[in-house]
Amino acid sequence: MPKTPTPLTTTLAQAIHEFVRDGDSVALEGFTHLIPFAAGHEIIRQQKKNLTLIRMTPDLIYDQLIGAGCARKLIFSWGGNPGVGSLHRFRDAIENGWPGPLQIEEHSHAAMASAYTAGASGLPFSILRGYTGTDLPRYNEHIRFVQCPFTGERLAAVPAVRPDVAIIHAQKADHRGNVLMWGIVGVQKEAALCAKRVVVTVEEIVEDLQADPNACVLPFWTLDAVVKVAGGASPSYAMGYYDRDNAFYKRWDEISRTREGFLSWLNENVFRQQSVSLTLAGIDAEKL
Amino acid sequence: MNNGHYTADEIMTVVASRFLQESQVCFVGIGLPSVAANLARLTHAPNLVLIYESGPIDTKPDVLPLSIGDGELAKTATTVVSTGEIFSYWLQGGWVDVGFLGAAQVDKFANINTTVIGAYDRPKVRLPGAGGAPEIAASAREVLIVLRQSRRTFVEKVEFITSAGFLDGGDERSRLGIPGAGPTAVITDLGVLRPDPKTKELVLAQIHPGVTLEQVKAAAGWDLRASADLAVTEEPAPENLRVLRELKRRTEIAHAAAQSK
Repeated sequence: MPKTPTPLTTTLAQAIHEFVRDGDSVALEGFTHLIPFAAGHEIIRQQKKNLTLIRMTPDLIYDQLIGAGCARKLIFSWGGNPGVGSLHRFRDAIENGWPGPLQIEEHSHAAMASAYTAGASGLPFSILRGYTGTDLPRYNEHIRFVQCPFTGERLAAVPAVRPDVAIIHAQKADHRGNVLMWGIVGVQKEAALCAKRVVVTVEEIVEDLQADPNACVLPFWTLDAVVKVAGGASPSYAMGYYDRDNAFYKRWDEISRTREGFLSWLNENVFRQQSVSLTLAGIDAEKL
Repeated sequence: MNNGHYTADEIMTVVASRFLQESQVCFVGIGLPSVAANLARLTHAPNLVLIYESGPIDTKPDVLPLSIGDGELAKTATTVVSTGEIFSYWLQGGWVDVGFLGAAQVDKFANINTTVIGAYDRPKVRLPGAGGAPEIAASAREVLIVLRQSRRTFVEKVEFITSAGFLDGGDERSRLGIPGAGPTAVITDLGVLRPDPKTKELVLAQIHPGVTLEQVKAAAGWDLRASADLAVTEEPAPENLRVLRELKRRTEIAHAAAQSK
């Protein structure tokens, strides 16, 4: 059924307040590119709890959400700081249970990408030629094997991703809320189409998307909220707008290495913004 | 250790690059494989097709990507496809000649661990995990592995198989129906190992100049055998070293630049 979004009039704080609920399964996608950091920070500010976080590459964004105590479970396929090393908050949660225990469901990229495609296709599971000989199926009961009914070949099966909420960042929206993205588009289209609710942040709102016929466009009636947040993907990047802040990704290694260092960064760079964003959204912080 | 004109990392990278041939399609992992694959493209194999799991196909980056999805890869690619498509159509569909992977640990039968050290539920060290490697290792026609060699990285049997090499050796890999031929070489800072054609156990086939056999054996967690016709690696050509150093210099400058919002 087509959605009737309230694009462009809402604020990020309002959108997160309305569409992300405690206990939800949430997919903030973006493969290195267009990672919705601003939306992730808003989730932290609103102190959402018990989330099941779904993302192929947890990246800094989920390191921050995990360290901030928003997550109960993580579904992922590669949990490092790309090109730098470990995600220290992710490791602290798995190795030491800080700030709370974190369940994990671990896949390969190929499996997760196909699980998003299955979700967007309305199918219960996806199949791939993978996982054979690896130890991942031993520790993840969601990796199973099926037999091809035509050839008899044994293939891996994983359940479709069907999150409560998908949140993505894109380059442009038009005034109706149609969204355009380009460059490395990852699994964002699939994430938007497989989720029950969808929040999109964009760099800018334009009169006309001027999209090529085969461009990656999400029609407004598939989305619940479209919010302009310029710079909303930083320190990841938005092709055509700003580059990846590689220096910050390297600094994060130091910032996040200790709990104290992380919490002080979080207070300074995320919570400090609270009054501003909530006031803009007309939300009473006491009621959250 | 050698003629003094290059480091152990440099000879590893140059030797790894030599394994890639003109016009092959190579699915590239981030880190050491990405350096070697781009060196090959900038030297002897200008038409080498590089594919990264973030979706860029036939990318020609001027500087090395820090992450696997850097804008540089998208900007210099012939086309960029979605993550679902890169794995299903291009890799699983059978277009990839060489899968080029790094590893935290590799074992005697070239199985790769990038998941955990210690028990899975109570890890001593939690590593990043699988990423694209399990299916690259399975579906690429052949696999090259590059990593620095030590007793910590070269173990008799990995505690966790993230990506399958030859499993317990012999014909186990093909018996399970894994489509690709598996690892054909493991390139390290000390030499090159190749699987024995029958047992599939990794055997030292090549040793870098100035490195002793004792050194290589001491840096392996099993009784590493050397091939009967063990060869000494050819020294890196000055031109290759120049191109490699230029590439790294450009990359360092690009990565150090703090970006504005």
